[in-house]
Amino acid sequence: MAQLICEDLSLGYEGKAILKDLNFQVEAGDYLCVVGENGSGKSTLMKTILGLRAPLGGRVLTGDGLKRTEIGYLPQQTAIQRDFPASVWEVVLSGCQGRRGLRPFYGRAEKALAAENIAKMGLTPLTKRCFRELAGGQQQRVLLARALCATGKMLLLDEPVSGLDPQVTGEMYDLIARLNGEDGITVIMISHDIDAALRYGSHILRVGGAVFFGTKEEYLTAAASGFGKGGDR
Amino acid sequence: MDALWEKLFLYFQYPFVRYALIVGVLIALCSSLLGVTLVLKRFSFIGDGLSHVAFGALAVATILDMSNEMPLVLVITVACAVLLLRTGQNAKIKGDAAIAMISVGSLAIGYLLMNLFSKSANISGDVCSTLFGSTSILTLTLPVVWLCIILSVIVVAVFILFYNKIFAVTFDEDFARAAGTKANGYNLLIAVIIAVIIVLAMNLVGSLLISALVIFPALSAMRLFKSFRSVTICSAVLSVACSLLGMVVSIVGGTPVGSTIVAVDIVVFALCYLIGMIPGGVRS
Repeated sequence: MAQLICEDLSLGYEGKAILKDLNFQVEAGDYLCVVGENGSGKSTLMKTILGLRAPLGGRVLTGDGLKRTEIGYLPQQTAIQRDFPASVWEVVLSGCQGRRGLRPFYGRAEKALAAENIAKMGLTPLTKRCFRELAGGQQQRVLLARALCATGKMLLLDEPVSGLDPQVTGEMYDLIARLNGEDGITVIMISHDIDAALRYGSHILRVGGAVFFGTKEEYLTAAASGFGKGGDR
Repeated sequence: MDALWEKLFLYFQYPFVRYALIVGVLIALCSSLLGVTLVLKRFSFIGDGLSHVAFGALAVATILDMSNEMPLVLVITVACAVLLLRTGQNAKIKGDAAIAMISVGSLAIGYLLMNLFSKSANISGDVCSTLFGSTSILTLTLPVVWLCIILSVIVVAVFILFYNKIFAVTFDEDFARAAGTKANGYNLLIAVIIAVIIVLAMNLVGSLLISALVIFPALSAMRLFKSFRSVTICSAVLSVACSLLGMVVSIVGGTPVGSTIVAVDIVVFALCYLIGMIPGGVRS
């Protein structure tokens, strides 16, 4: 069974659908890139997958041992975070919140997990630094470490390289590719960078205009024929 | 100097002065804890709105001739906190407008009711002391002191128990919700705690000055420290110290308690602002 299945999904605001009858599924180990213009419903789709908002129709299912709350989320940064006093350690540790349930304090297991993910992202020397004083790429790696604390199975990345310079962008993409290739973590990435999507992704979901879902190879074939015969699989 | 100590010693003989100090310290502690969250969540205006609601509720309690006004004021303020948070999320009248409406409305109705029904000879004096606290901290009765102590203990305990959740929900609400944390529930919890703190703090500084007690220590601490835990601890320490100093100054100098405490808070904020500008200053 697939890890994530979206069935006849309709998304939109106040009854007006932006996206209709979306069908796709994500298997363990896939690297799905969601591409499309601004306003085409990429972020709405992501929030629906995470359960932050209800779909207008259809449903989102998880399977293969993945729980809905076990999806690690890398959101776009908010205005609050730009003046929030928090150390790298505090931010990463807060990723263990979901697995704590109602128990109030973090135990040894959570602290070890946080330390491990900080090390994995190469942030150990920055552990005590203030989050808001870090460079953009470092901040993204902190948030990625936090997402890894919430999941060992699936990451949802919302424009993970927006605002980063080209070199840091490349490093970020390589890091995500390593998590996907070496650790076998399923990745769903929202991007408007179609070149990167084709370079790193295994599957492409294009929303807005002609909806397309398929493997990278199918996308390239469909693109060559101008999406004439493409469409939903 | 000796004369000053003697004078203080003399004052401490009176139980009402000791009550005032105990309650003042507890209120300062409670109000500082959630300050950081309120400032960062852009909730500070909710605190301000609720304090006006508390004024209106107090006016109602006064004309009903209740011996202990706090329970009624508490219930009304908590109810309004819940209401404000609900309307802020999905309503035709959006958040800030709803808060403005409720807060100005309850100020006006409160003053109107006090004028129409008050049996007191000195209405403007009553209103002034409700708004600015003047000496009400020195007139606390023992039941009110106990109520303050119990509520403070509850506020501190809830804050410590939910510290990690409050951090998660404040730092990144979407992430917390995606991970299965009931963010709306915690926002509600935060609003209810604010309401309790405001009702408590009315005794100390009066309803117009409460926001200062919540906001200033947090802003001062954020100038000095860089992690959530150290900011929270620093803001609690600053708040208690400022309130103690303010109360002692006001007792000795005969100045109004509330505004003296707020004045001390402002001076400390200015100091922290300056220290924060020194490159490589206090860091952790």
